[in-house]
Amino acid sequence: MTFKYRALLGACAIGAISTGALAETITIATVNNGDMIRMQGYTDDFTAKTGHEVEWVTLEENVLRQRVTQDIAAKGGQFDIMTIGMYETPIWGQQDWLVALDDLSAEYDVDDILPAMRGGLSVDGTLYAAPFYGESSMIMYRTDLMEKAGLEMPDAPTWEFVAEAARAMTDKENEIYGICLRGKAGWGENMAFLTATSNAFGARWFDEDWKPQFDSPEWNETLTFYLDLMNEAGPPGASTNGFNENLSLFQQGKCGMWIDATVAASFVTNPNDSTVADKVGFALAPDTGKGKRGNWLWAWALAIPAGTQKVDAAKAFIEWATSKAYIEMVAEKEGWANVPPGARTSLYENPEYQKVPFAQMTLDSILSADPTQPTVEPVPYVGVQFAAIPEFAGIATQVGQEFSAALAGQQTAEEALEKAQALTADEMEAAGY
Amino acid sequence: MARAVKPQRKAINTAVAWSIGLLIFFPILWTILTSFKTEAQAISDPPVFLAFDWTLENYGIVMERSNYARFLWNSIIIAGGSTILGIMIAVPAAWSMAFVPSKRTKDILLWMLSTKMLPAVGVLYPIYLLFIKLGLLDSRTGLVLVLMLMNLPIIVWMLYTYFKEIPGEILEAARMDGATLREEVIHILTPMAVPGIASTLLLNFILAWNEAFWTLNLTAAKAAPLTAFIASYSSPEGLFYAKLSAASTMAIAPILVLGWFSQKQLVSGLTFGAVK
Amino acid sequence: MATQHSRSAARVMMAPAVILLLGWMLVPLSMTLYFSFKKFLPLRGGDLGWVGFENYVRFVTSSAFWPSVVTTLVIVGGVLIITVVLGVLLAILLNQPMWGQGIVRILVISPFFVMPTVSALVWKNMFMDPVNGLFAHLWKAFGATPIEWLSDVSMGSIIMIVSWQWLPFATLILLTAIQSLDREQLEAAEMDGAQPLARFAFITIPHLSRAVTIVILIQTIFLLAIFAEIFVTTGGAFGTRTLTYLIYQRVLESQNVGLGSAGGVYAIILANIIALFLMRIVGKNLDA
Repeated sequence: MTFKYRALLGACAIGAISTGALAETITIATVNNGDMIRMQGYTDDFTAKTGHEVEWVTLEENVLRQRVTQDIAAKGGQFDIMTIGMYETPIWGQQDWLVALDDLSAEYDVDDILPAMRGGLSVDGTLYAAPFYGESSMIMYRTDLMEKAGLEMPDAPTWEFVAEAARAMTDKENEIYGICLRGKAGWGENMAFLTATSNAFGARWFDEDWKPQFDSPEWNETLTFYLDLMNEAGPPGASTNGFNENLSLFQQGKCGMWIDATVAASFVTNPNDSTVADKVGFALAPDTGKGKRGNWLWAWALAIPAGTQKVDAAKAFIEWATSKAYIEMVAEKEGWANVPPGARTSLYENPEYQKVPFAQMTLDSILSADPTQPTVEPVPYVGVQFAAIPEFAGIATQVGQEFSAALAGQQTAEEALEKAQALTADEMEAAGY
Repeated sequence: MARAVKPQRKAINTAVAWSIGLLIFFPILWTILTSFKTEAQAISDPPVFLAFDWTLENYGIVMERSNYARFLWNSIIIAGGSTILGIMIAVPAAWSMAFVPSKRTKDILLWMLSTKMLPAVGVLYPIYLLFIKLGLLDSRTGLVLVLMLMNLPIIVWMLYTYFKEIPGEILEAARMDGATLREEVIHILTPMAVPGIASTLLLNFILAWNEAFWTLNLTAAKAAPLTAFIASYSSPEGLFYAKLSAASTMAIAPILVLGWFSQKQLVSGLTFGAVK
Repeated sequence: MATQHSRSAARVMMAPAVILLLGWMLVPLSMTLYFSFKKFLPLRGGDLGWVGFENYVRFVTSSAFWPSVVTTLVIVGGVLIITVVLGVLLAILLNQPMWGQGIVRILVISPFFVMPTVSALVWKNMFMDPVNGLFAHLWKAFGATPIEWLSDVSMGSIIMIVSWQWLPFATLILLTAIQSLDREQLEAAEMDGAQPLARFAFITIPHLSRAVTIVILIQTIFLLAIFAEIFVTTGGAFGTRTLTYLIYQRVLESQNVGLGSAGGVYAIILANIIALFLMRIVGKNLDA
């Protein structure tokens, strides 16, 4: 009731403004993830409320990154809104390439955004991108297989336990693999997972003088542990598996455990797509007792590139898409499990949403990630599964290719780390560190 | 034909050729079949070939999500425009190379081909900046120009080889009758070269249709052709084989059908001067 | 007189094509050269001044450079060998009398109409996926362990995908050439008692040599530039990083335009070495 009343009121208010202002057509670049595709489906609601039309450019993640980075770096002005993440936002914001989102309406309630998300999307306290959904990483596991293996998953397991459980659950004859982890090369693919995991093992990307640390024993331990585990308990072809491949394996019931983005929880528990929807449990990403957990922090956020002529319409869209009202609209039409998670405090205070099985674990995971102090030893960078410097994406993708080749058995962990160290040192030098 | 072929041999030929043909065509066939399955059937083990519940669901989803008609229209305009423009520029050039050859003709021809060797990725940044300056980003005009320039060397070369096969005497005779250069090209050469021009048109239309680097990187919403349409269906979250297949089928169907209808033209016309 | 007239007319008629292509070559080339001598990092403020040959030195001394050149040559060479050999055999087969010749031809040339992105996506997901791919099902049906195509035989997989796309092109050109082969000549040879193999070696092959060189020339131009097939399948991992892909990583992933531009200049040099080599051969064949 209140929602409808408010929405109506909002519609009138904005409608009144927009009759005065020009109805515009904005171009939005976004990624082809489920929540964004759902958002596209509700475009009519936005148009009805504001009069503005939307042109969607929906691209696969890698292509999207290439397109928006190219466009913003060359100041092409092709898009009025770009879907970017926690990695790009601080770098671009620093360069003044994004429009500051410091004058959002009171109704939008910017203070409701989860502090971790707001922090990661701000530069010096100014918000540059509004989170559409946020995520951390956690363990998703098969309760039935865990029981069959005679084990019980604690809420905050160690890597030792996870490895033991993975080996116990594996049944290669029947195509059941104890653990599915990312192996596909890419800074946002295997390196997101491995960088976050390395934090739990006490490793770090750079020391305080920006010297790469792949020659450290901690990295060696991380990579060796990962490779051994995957070789014994991982699925075939793991070196080409990313988020999506693992999701599909898990949904088909082929994975005992899967450590990945918290947003996956709604996919694996959705009975329409998942054959194991009623047998999934959740736990925090594992640690090794060194004080840091291997769970990352990420948000897919909407930002306005500086230089667009349609700032007002773009802001109106961002307020619409990342508002409480949008969440309520999706909840009303498609159920609470399908709303974009991880962005707003009020969502987790909602008693309806608290009934969703993965809500609490998602929130706990998000809250336990700390981008400003991601590692055991001090580092000069911000970011859990990345280092927020412009060079990181390029370097980490190449490092990821070396690690991926090691997973495919084409080189040893030592060789991969040696190459990673050399190429990172090389690129950092080229960038002038 | 001087000699009848034994039916036995013809049967063997037929069997072998059909098997190989089907093998080569199979990936396309499988994509088309998968597009009519549900996502669950698309990955079922063992795979089902025909005995599944045929559904149009995937096409429905793709049509609802994307403005297919606009992508298709952009593809047609860009591929068609660049090909026609290319032919208009190439015909005179190829004519003069074929009928008024000089010592440098061959060098010029090879130089033209060598311009195709510029690696597109290496020049993306400069071209992007240039397009911003000229206001050509996300415009069909810009893509028509770029693809025309990319394919121009191939077009010139193909036309040159066709024109060369036209006997010079016919032109001499026309000249005797007082035909001007213009008339010569329009009334005598062009009709004789129509089969060649048609193959050139077809090949370059196909090449332009399938070009996936510039068309993806220089467009956003307004001018994006089918290559960009596909980029929104590759590896999304969740099961996607059936939807990807439906989108793929929609992206390749127009050109596939065109290719099938013009098969004869392609088979007899694609010589590049390989036949004396 | 007439010739003088037509000579100047010929120049005028050639002018648009030549001028356009000259511009298309010179403008990007000079911009690439300009950037290649600069430290140009868009994400660090853009133009950071002239650096002489630093980018050139850095690009070649990177451990990724020589492997990428080798990868490029292996992919181009592998695809050329496969398409030419299979193309000749297919062309001969398709030229034989049979039932439904037209349909078989349609089947064989169809892959050429499929855009590279689509073909890479289809092969990667629906055939080469080690769990859900059709090959994996096939292997399992025979009790074998499915091959991890894109990691264990990454180069072979990419060569296979690209060959599938370009085989129709080679077949088409070779088929046209075979059709022009003088049947009487073949039959005379048969009368003289020449074995099929001998006829193939001494009549068909020499006749096709010109078509083969043209297939090689045209395909090389396109194969040096393949990008989508690698971007979609391996992303340059598992030793499949070609020179083109390395440049892509430098320019777009690392956003180092200066370094990538220097790489672009190297790629142009490599392409022209190959082109020179090819055109020597084709050039000879071009005097008809």
